Amino acid sequence: MDPIQSLIKELAVKHGRKRESLLPVLQGVVEQERYLSEHSMIEIARELDLPAAEVYGTATFYSFLEHRKMGRFVIRICKTISCSMKGKNQVLLAIQDMLKISTGETTPDGRFSLVETNCLGLCHKAPAMLINEEVYTDLTPEKVRELLSEYMMK
Amino acid sequence: MAESYHLLKRADFIFRNENDWEEILTKTIKRTPQDIINELISSELKGRGGAGFPTGLKWKITAEAKSAEKYVICNADEGEPGTFKDREILSRVPYKVLTAMAVCAHIIGSKKGIIYLRGEYHSLKEALEKSISEFEYYCKKIKLDFSVEVFMGSGAYICGEETALFESLEGHRGEPRNKPPYPTIKGYMDKPTVINNVETLAHTFTIFKYGSKKFYDLGVQFSRGTKLFSVSGDTPKPGIYELELGMSLQDFVNEFGDGDTKAVQVGGASGFLVPRKKFQETAIGYQGKLTGISLPTGGSMMIFNSSRSMFNVLDNYLEFFREESCGQCTPCRVGCQQLLIGIKAVKRGERPAQYLEKLLKLSETMQLTAKCGLGQSVANSFASIVENFREEMIY
Repeated sequence: MDPIQSLIKELAVKHGRKRESLLPVLQGVVEQERYLSEHSMIEIARELDLPAAEVYGTATFYSFLEHRKMGRFVIRICKTISCSMKGKNQVLLAIQDMLKISTGETTPDGRFSLVETNCLGLCHKAPAMLINEEVYTDLTPEKVRELLSEYMMK
Repeated sequence: MAESYHLLKRADFIFRNENDWEEILTKTIKRTPQDIINELISSELKGRGGAGFPTGLKWKITAEAKSAEKYVICNADEGEPGTFKDREILSRVPYKVLTAMAVCAHIIGSKKGIIYLRGEYHSLKEALEKSISEFEYYCKKIKLDFSVEVFMGSGAYICGEETALFESLEGHRGEPRNKPPYPTIKGYMDKPTVINNVETLAHTFTIFKYGSKKFYDLGVQFSRGTKLFSVSGDTPKPGIYELELGMSLQDFVNEFGDGDTKAVQVGGASGFLVPRKKFQETAIGYQGKLTGISLPTGGSMMIFNSSRSMFNVLDNYLEFFREESCGQCTPCRVGCQQLLIGIKAVKRGERPAQYLEKLLKLSETMQLTAKCGLGQSVANSFASIVENFREEMIY
């Protein structure tokens, strides 16, 4: 059994093998692997006894269930109205400049991925972003440069 | 000026301490279900997620539904742009929400509660689950058979729509179902289900604690009680405020604006944009006002000052809708795309200004024919922005 298969087995034991278990299992894989590979989805289908197309169809509906390979740290910067009004673009440019990638890309070393996302519910502390599950608010280009330097050390 | 308007009045119920939750829970479940339902009905509490369905009635219908299995679901998929109150409730007063869920379960005959928490709020999960285990421990102690589970969303705005939320819970794509049947009869796993917004549940705690009269005496006719408002945008004091319903938008702007307010978006991207000239005649509350316009809302209040271009605002909303449309029904899937392409074409001069009328018609068609609230409500912001700021759309 490869590591993905054992992870999926473990998740199925924890969450069950019913259809209702599908999302928690998908989320569990993403939490570990940062994305769902074709292999993961086929293995999940096998473990939960579902058509692989159903697993793929469900997974691709949700924006946090990435099916492209993602970096260890996924930066999700909010682009919805309040953040957009409060200087999101400058922050985004600072990140792109520092990581040398565009939105939607992953650094060659596989550490960082950068995506834009819809409202994070932090409009009163805009602009805001997530790095994996961590919340960062009231961002400025300076603040984000400092923050990313710390992440680069991790 | 109608009697239904009043000045902005602050209140403090929701975030007031919850240390007495054990006492409130024990006391409340000793009352008969009928008694509690009557209390809720006479409080005239309406759903605080934005749709405004009477909460007491929802609980009553579900209580009367015949089924061995029923569910209580707390909708914490707070995704409407400009709304951030539910996060605050769940982090600061989780026991109020849990108590309300347990009381509801007791009334309708359910043993199982689920909190559907949006993926973006993952950082709340651990603390919430800790509160739940303490809560369940107390339920056991008083011999109340009730458990709560946190189910995480994965980044889909549409899952805040209740039937899409059920689909998601059941392991499917979050595509809304046809209504009827309503959740009260056929909800999660096709069983009778009460699904309430986080804030609605927190308000029921206030009602259990102080009685319905205290709640009813706040607010105005048809819009009783208080509401949390999420204030953002061009304001010197962004944040969450508990206010009595029924204030005029002018009073709101006087309090929260920066002195240069051009327009306010009431109810998030799916709500309405109100321009300065209509602040005075617009009240915040549910329908049924005697005069003027009254706007219901989940509490999102985004303030724009005169430095903002309403074209950019609409462009941002439409991009949001285009991405968040589930794609299931054609009016919404294609409509969102075409509205966005359309306003850009007008702005660039590739289409004549009259093309805006065609787009307005399209948005009207979406309102009439889209399957769920998302597609139907795109017309709210679209029409209110295009009609009030037409010149900004053109040049």
